[in-house]
Amino acid sequence: MKITRMTATSLTLVAALAASGTAALAQDLPGPVKARQGQFNILAINLGILGDMARGKADYDAEAAQAAADTLVAVSMINQAPLFPEGTSEMDIDGTRAKAEIWDGWESFGEKWSGLGAAAGELQQVAATGQEALGPAVGQLGGACKACHDDFRAPE
Amino acid sequence: MRGLLGFLVLLAALAGGAVWMISAPDRLPAGEFADDAGGDPVHGETVFTAAGCASCHHAPESEDKLVLAGGQRFASDFGTFIAPNISPHPQAGIGAWSLHDFANALLRGVSPEGRHYYPAFPYTSYIRMAPQDVVDLWSYIRTLPEAESPSQPHEVGFPFNLRRGLGLWKQLYLDPAWITAAETDEARRGRYLVEALAHCGECHTPRDRFGGLQRDTWLTGAPAPDGKGSIPALTPDKLSWSAEDIAYYLETGFTPDYDSAGGHMVEVIDNFAQLPAEDRAAVAAYVKALPEGGIMD
Ligand code: HEC
Ligand code: HEC
Ligand code: HEC
Repeated sequence: MKITRMTATSLTLVAALAASGTAALAQDLPGPVKARQGQFNILAINLGILGDMARGKADYDAEAAQAAADTLVAVSMINQAPLFPEGTSEMDIDGTRAKAEIWDGWESFGEKWSGLGAAAGELQQVAATGQEALGPAVGQLGGACKACHDDFRAPE
Repeated sequence: MRGLLGFLVLLAALAGGAVWMISAPDRLPAGEFADDAGGDPVHGETVFTAAGCASCHHAPESEDKLVLAGGQRFASDFGTFIAPNISPHPQAGIGAWSLHDFANALLRGVSPEGRHYYPAFPYTSYIRMAPQDVVDLWSYIRTLPEAESPSQPHEVGFPFNLRRGLGLWKQLYLDPAWITAAETDEARRGRYLVEALAHCGECHTPRDRFGGLQRDTWLTGAPAPDGKGSIPALTPDKLSWSAEDIAYYLETGFTPDYDSAGGHMVEVIDNFAQLPAEDRAAVAAYVKALPEGGIMD
């Protein structure tokens, strides 16, 4: 009985600490976590430029398409290891959706990142050749994003 | 405490002979699905893809999604279910089954030996499948490779390991009626995909404490069954995407701001990317027509 009550008290304490900690942590993420989230947002923004052209939501512009594809390739060359230091999974801290499986399966994570590089490279080849070529290449790239999120990104 | 309560409830239930009767497996009449000639495996493949059979039944680490060896684990409040081998292997899989056995599993949730299946196998949606689609699906599944690995037992504790109790559960929750109304052919196709084959509701609809889908909050989002995170709502008060955005998401996995889908939705998208564009459009139209808050009249 005593033990139970103590456990309950310490649980309440932990919960209170966790609750007060969340707000602070969200603004105060470690640099590498902020950096990796930033790189993913750069991917999404440039993919958006290409995707909107592929879907006909934006006019096709060969130069803008090429610049977006070049940016995707550039981001895909960023070395990931320094952005994923130990102790920054969603189990360790708030404000990240990086699954602990990344660290257990680093090799597989690296393969998914290379897969992104390969798909971005193909997109770079065709981006300036016309609107029709964008759809399939963007689809391929999307496959590379999904494949990694499927295994390594936690739900909200 | 909860276990004891469940036990008492169960005892009381079992004491009633009438209850024992209604918990008996309800099977298809012997004459139905007697003849397995006339199945079209090409169309069966489309049914298989839309219904996501491989998503649950492929082996956990395998890249070849067409080897239906089973082994994936599905955690829930009631224990962990492990998908069985449904490859055409005669001993390890379902190679020795008849079409009638297969139809009973999909449309009634009953095994060839007359045991109830757990609703982790979404027969609560498949019960709405068209009979010819079941025949075609069977002829397709029989063309897939055999896998030798035997099915593993579920990790489910007392009292949920007593399958007979599922008969009562089915009385409450196994209902072939459609959830929404549909007036046009496109609407009927969208409804068929969402409510029967692709079983969107199994993930996106909240469940009550017995694990039954709450039809009056249809597709309003739910906690993830493994307890980590939540599955988003699809009703228009929560999801403001256009029909075109939804169809594009089902094809590519991209949200309107080009984030990319994750988790179990990825398997659904991998399947839908292989379906005709009209099917994705029909599902998108269905989602756009949902009532706010999921409340059905
Ligand atoms: C090798 C794995 C991998 C690949 C490839 C990948 N992602 Fe991600 N992505 C992640 C992980 C892990 C996170 C979670 C990061 C975190 O929260 O710390 C993430 C997060 C994101 C986020 C949210 C960032 C934020 O603000 O929190 C966006 C947007 C995103 N990814 C888009 C994409 C797009 C678009 C692609 C393809 C062009 C892509 N990702 C490819 C692993 C990947
Ligand atoms: C959400 C995951 C899921 C999906 C999707 C799914 N199944 Fe299953 N299936 C299961 C689970 C879990 C069981 C085990 C049920 C039990 O033992 O009570 C099962 C059992 C079965 C069985 C019984 C096997 C046996 O040995 O008795 C058959 C047959 C079957 N599924 C076929 C299918 C077909 C065909 C499809 C697609 C139309 C499908 N399943 C889709 C999870 C799934
Ligand atoms: C196996 C479970 C499962 C099934 C079946 C399923 N979904 Fe999902 N769905 C999810 C999960 C998990 C997410 C969250 C994805 C993420 O984290 O990126 C999601 C996300 C979505 C989203 C994006 C919503 C948003 O706000 O981001 C849409 C749209 C969607 N699903 C539609 C559907 C439709 C339509 C079907 C049926 C054809 C379906 N889903 C079937 C699990 C499922």
